[in-house]
Amino acid sequence: MRYALFTGCVAKGAGRELMNATIFSADRLGIQLNEMKDASCCGAGVMDDDNHFLADTLNARTFSLAEEQGLDIMTICGTCQGVMRTAQTKMDNNPKYKEKVNAQLKADTGRVYAGKVKVKHFYQIVNDEYGLDNLKLRVTRKLSGLKVAPFYGCYVLRPHESSDVKVADKPDYLEKLISAVGGTAVDYPEKQKCCGFPILMANKSNSLQLSGNAIVGAIKAGADCIVTPCPLCHLNMDSYQPEIEGMIGEKLNLPILHYPQLLALALGASLDDIKANTHIVRPNNALKEITA
Amino acid sequence: MGAKFFVSRYNSEVDAKAHLQEFTVVVPKGATLLDCLNIIKWEQDGTFSFRMSCRSAICGSCAVRVNGHARLACKTQAADVIVDGEVTIEPLGNLPVIRDLIVDLEPFWESLERVKPWLVPDETKKFDRERLQSHHDQLKIDAASTCIMCGSCYSDCNVLNVDKMFLGPASLAKAQRFVFDTRDSEKEARLDFLSQVNGMWDCTHCAECSTRCPTEAKPLERIIELRQEAVNSGFTNNNGARHVLGFRESIGGFKGKGGGGMLNENYLPLRSVGLSLGGMLSLLPVGIRMIMRGKNPPMIPHIIDKIGEVRKMFRRFDEYRKEGEK
Repeated sequence: MRYALFTGCVAKGAGRELMNATIFSADRLGIQLNEMKDASCCGAGVMDDDNHFLADTLNARTFSLAEEQGLDIMTICGTCQGVMRTAQTKMDNNPKYKEKVNAQLKADTGRVYAGKVKVKHFYQIVNDEYGLDNLKLRVTRKLSGLKVAPFYGCYVLRPHESSDVKVADKPDYLEKLISAVGGTAVDYPEKQKCCGFPILMANKSNSLQLSGNAIVGAIKAGADCIVTPCPLCHLNMDSYQPEIEGMIGEKLNLPILHYPQLLALALGASLDDIKANTHIVRPNNALKEITA
Repeated sequence: MGAKFFVSRYNSEVDAKAHLQEFTVVVPKGATLLDCLNIIKWEQDGTFSFRMSCRSAICGSCAVRVNGHARLACKTQAADVIVDGEVTIEPLGNLPVIRDLIVDLEPFWESLERVKPWLVPDETKKFDRERLQSHHDQLKIDAASTCIMCGSCYSDCNVLNVDKMFLGPASLAKAQRFVFDTRDSEKEARLDFLSQVNGMWDCTHCAECSTRCPTEAKPLERIIELRQEAVNSGFTNNNGARHVLGFRESIGGFKGKGGGGMLNENYLPLRSVGLSLGGMLSLLPVGIRMIMRGKNPPMIPHIIDKIGEVRKMFRRFDEYRKEGEK
C-alpha cells in the first residue's frame, strides 16, 4: 500500500507530533508514504470565505499532483479531509464547474485534475482498506482498560453529501478503531459537535466554551483521554485547556490525542515516539498503565 | 410488529423537566413521521402536543428533533429514521419548551428582526413602475428566499448552544438575501452591522445548519457569501475578516510578493488580531506555553516545492479582484 501523504499545515507547524505518530504507525503497518512536498494548504474552509473558486482551484492542483504520481491521497487532518472532499464532490458532481476550474488551473500551472484520485483520511484507510482484522494482527500493545472518548470534528461528518463517514448522524468509525486496539470507547453527546476552533480569533469565549463542553462531556462519561482525527480540534482542546479551565472554574486535565498517536501506541510506540511531552496536557499519567 | 417511539413529554405547569415516553406504533407503509405522531395523538394519547399544518414541507411548523437532529416530521419517511425498531423524537434545541414537542419560537423571531428582514428602497429615486430585477440578480437571492423559517438550523447550531446572542443561521441567511438584493439601499450599513460581534464571523462553519435545512436556503453557504462580500468590499476591520486575509497572504503572498503555499502559523494569529498591542498580549499566554513545550510553529515559515505555481494562481485572483473593483 502506498499513498501520497498530504500533511496539511498543522502537522508541519503547531502539531508536529502528529507527523511523528503518522510516520511511526504507517511504518509499522507497512503503508508507504510519499510526502507531497509540493502541495499547498487546502484553505481550511477559510479560503472559501475569500473566494470559493480560488479555494477549489488550489485543491484541484493538489489532486492533479497526486494523479501525476499515480497515487491516492492520504490526509491526516479532519479539516483537510472535509475541505478537499467537498471541493472534489463539487467538481465531480458538476462537470461544467470542473471544466471551469481546470481551465484556470491549466492556464496558471499547466495542470489538470482528471477526477481519478481518491482522498482518504488515515483512519479511513486503516478501517476501509487496511482492515481491522489486519490491524489486530499488528497490535503489540493492547490498550486494555484505556477509556477513550472519540471526537470526530465537523469536517469529517458534514456536509453529508461529501462525507465518507456513512450514517454520519450516527458515526461509529472511531469507536471501531478504538476497540480494535483493545481500548474502550466511551459515548457522550458532544462527540459530534464543534470544537469551536474556527472562531478562536473572532470570538474566543464562544470558541473555548464549545471545547470546554466537549471536554467536560468526555470526563463525565469516564474518559481517560479524547482522541480526534483533526489536529485543529486537538489544538483548541489541548493548547487552550488552561484558559478553558479558568473559564469554567474547574481542573480538567484531560489529554487530547491525535488518532495516529493512539494507533502508534497500540503498535508499540513509546511516549517519546509520539512526542507526548509536547502536549500542553501531557498524556503520560493517563497512559501510565499501558506504557508501564 | 410495531416500532417503539420514544417521545419527549413535558408540561410546564406540572413537570420539573422533560421525560421520554414510549409508544408503540404500527407504521403504515409509506407513512411520514408526522403520520406517526398523529397516530399517537389520535389513537393513544390525546394530550400529546406538537405543531403541524401544511403536511407539505411548506409551512415549517412540524420541525422536531429526530434521533438528536432537527427535521421536518412531514418530510421524513418514518422507515428512514427507525433504527433497530426505535426512534426518539424531541422538541427543537436551543429554544425553551412550552409543552411536549412545542417550543417557544420567540428568540428565533427576535434574532430575525435584528437583521431588518425587509427591503429598504432608495426613497430619493423616483420610479414610474415596479423596481425590476434582472434574472441574474434574482438568482443571487434565490436560495435564501426558499427559507420556510422552520427553525431546524437554529435548533442544531453549535454556536447558539453556547451564546444566545449569536444572530444564528436563519437570520444570517435572511441578511444575505437583502445584502445581495440590488433593490436594497442599505447594503453597507447591513454589512457593517453583520461584521460586529455575534454576526457573520461568529459562525464556526460546522455545517449543522446546511445539513439540517429542509430547503435550498442552506444557511452556511449564505454566510460564506456574506463573508466574501464583506472581505471584498473592505469590511475588514475585525478579527474574522483579518483571519481570511491572513490566510490569503500567508499562502499566496501580499500584493504579489511572498507566500509559502502553507499557513504561516506564527503570522496568522498576529494578523487576525490586527497587529495591535492588546491583541498580541492576548496571544502571549498560549504562545509562551507552546514555546515551553516545543509546540510552537517553526520560526522560518515553510515554503512548498513549486511555490511559483501557487503564487501565480493568487496573483491571477488579485487581478480578478481589481477588475471587479472597476
